[in-house]
Order: sequence, then structure tokens, then C-alpha cells
Amino acid sequence: MAEFTLPKNSKIKPGKHFSAPEGATNVRTFSIYRWSPDDDQNPHVDTYDIDMDNCGPMVLDALIKIKNEVDPSLTFRRSCREGICGSCAMNIDGTNTLACTKSIDECADGKKDVKVYPLPHMSVVKDLVPDMTHFYAQYASVEPWLKTKTPVSQSAERLQSKEDREKLDGLYECILCACCSTSCPSYWWNSDKYLGPAILLQSYRWLADSRDEAKGERLDALEDPFKLYRCHTIMNCTNTCPKGLNPGKAIGEIKKMIAERAL
Amino acid sequence: MNLRSPRSQAVGLGSAKHGFSHWWWQRVTAVALIPLCLWFVCAVLSLMGHGYDAATAWLSSPINATFMVTFVLAMLYHAQTGLQTVIEDYVHTKWVNLTMLLIVKFASVVMAVLATISVLKVALGG
Repeated sequence: MAEFTLPKNSKIKPGKHFSAPEGATNVRTFSIYRWSPDDDQNPHVDTYDIDMDNCGPMVLDALIKIKNEVDPSLTFRRSCREGICGSCAMNIDGTNTLACTKSIDECADGKKDVKVYPLPHMSVVKDLVPDMTHFYAQYASVEPWLKTKTPVSQSAERLQSKEDREKLDGLYECILCACCSTSCPSYWWNSDKYLGPAILLQSYRWLADSRDEAKGERLDALEDPFKLYRCHTIMNCTNTCPKGLNPGKAIGEIKKMIAERAL
Repeated sequence: MNLRSPRSQAVGLGSAKHGFSHWWWQRVTAVALIPLCLWFVCAVLSLMGHGYDAATAWLSSPINATFMVTFVLAMLYHAQTGLQTVIEDYVHTKWVNLTMLLIVKFASVVMAVLATISVLKVALGG
């Protein structure tokens, strides 16, 4: 039945404090969620005082500085450090975003602690690393590739007008960081069946593609009380997207396509 | 131990291939309820303080009786679809989920029939 409190072993406790080096004048504190599968400890929040005069401007810069200079056990994903790989998605200052494109000055009005947690309502592998297995499997389930029946010779291309290509703008930029899906209450409660905003936007990317010849099958696979219609237009997805995309609108367009073929 | 592949868990039992109808009628009844609610509020306000006989006389008019039945049915259908959504969202224990859905459906039908018969009884001179 309903669970109104966290299980005993999931309650978050205060953790260790790491002070800034002596003489540092421009100090920000980072409160970071820590949990390791290798010991029996509860999750805890460690606090790190960082000398901002010797640190880059983004939250990821601070995380890398902590890992390099203060606490090598801190675990997080990162790769491109420029908002194109989606690896460093996490909950910073209460909002899901990419650590690499989130400015430290923007956090908590530039004053209080910068709170860093993993993406909400996902199983945690370690520290800031969530388990993305189900999310990726859901992505695979919408068969995100061009499906065609018309044969084209190997030397030819499948042509698309400029106008039709423009319909993919705002869709192809999605980097599958999962910020939107993990900000969605419907995804929190029903992610076993609900595909969530990221996967639905990706699905619409193929539905909107003039070259795709499997629209009917795609819509059949989506028309389901849970897979698609758990979206109640809460719009957390659109508010949180670090790439400025609009998954809420993409889901609305899928619903419109289903309405169009039924009415 | 769960040895099902992630893909198998993500696909589950596949699409139910419905959901549009529920979504559509929730919106159709919502649109219908905008004028019907305005009409109902105006009617209640105009009848206030005029007593039982005036109210039954008002409801005996075929137009008022038609609007009243339409209002009650649209409202109950809309409430029922909305409650179904809430239960599906939040109640994950299967037997509790099914029991609550059945209670909502049965209660809606009983209230719809009761309200319709009551209006007809007044309208047709009970």
C-alpha cells in the first residue's frame, strides 16, 4: 500500500564536513548526497567548502575539483562538459539540470549552500549516479529509428523538404539526459508503464519525420492509458529541460495525431 | 530473482490500444459543463427564496428538465473519468485499485439513474 515515509535504511543523515583551505576568502559550500552500496550506511549529505577563487564557474567544475583535490571517493558521471552528452544530469538547487551548464552563481541566489542530489525517484547506483537501465530500455521500446517500406537504391538518399526538416527542430536536440522524465510526478508514480516525457518526445521525433512510414504502428504502440495518457500536462518536463526543449508540447502533438486518425 | 531483460520489463504486456476515448470524453464533458454549470448556477440563484412549488414548476418545463438531466449526466461522467485517472495514478495495489474503480463506476451509474428518474418524476408530474 501507500508509503508515507522513507524506509529506515533510506533516511538521509548528516555526513562529513570538509573545510576550505586556509586563507580562502571566497567560499561556497556544496551539500552533496552520498550513498555507497559497499557499506551498510544510510545515505548522507557531505558538505564541502570550496575556494571559489580557484574553481571554474559551473557546478561540474566544483564536483571535479572536489574529486581531484578533496575527496576522490565522490562518484558522478560526466563526459563532454558542454551540455551535449547528458551524462552529468542531476538535481542541483532543487531543479534537475546538467551540472556542466549550471552556473554556481545562479544557485541559491549566489549565497547559501549549493545542494546536489541524484535525479529524483531513480534507483541510485552510487552517490550521484542513478540507474538508467529502465529508462534506456523504454527508449529502445519505441524503436527510435527510421522505418520505411519503400525501397531506395543504396546510392540514393531519402529526400526531405526544408519545411519538413524544420518540423524536427526542437526534437532532435534531445540528449536523453532524463532531467524531464525524472521531474515528472506521473513518471515517479508509474514509470513501470508510463514512458515519460523524454521517451515520448523521442517517439514524436520519428512520428514527425516526413520520411518515416510506420506512423500507424507507432501510434498503435503508444495509444495506451499508461504508456502515453499518464501525461496530465503538469509541465515540469518543459520547465526543467536544460536544453530548452518542450516535451509537454511533443506529447500534446502525439495526442493530437491519435485524435486526428480517430475523429 | 528477476531474470527478465530490461527490454521485456519496459514493453510489459504491450499497448492496450485504447485510451483515446477516455481522454476525448473527459474533454467533451469538460467543454459541455462550461455552459451547463453557468446555466445551473443562474437557475439556482433565480430560484432562491421562491419555495418548493416554484422550483418544481420550473423543473416541469421540458427545456429546464432536459438541461438538468444533461447537466447531471455530463457532470457524473466527467467526475467518473477524473476519479478513474486519480485512482490509476496513485493506487497501485491491484485489488484495492479494482475495488475503488468498481465503486466509482457503480456509484456513478446509480446516481445517474436516480437523478434522471427524479427529474423525470417532477417533469412528468409525479
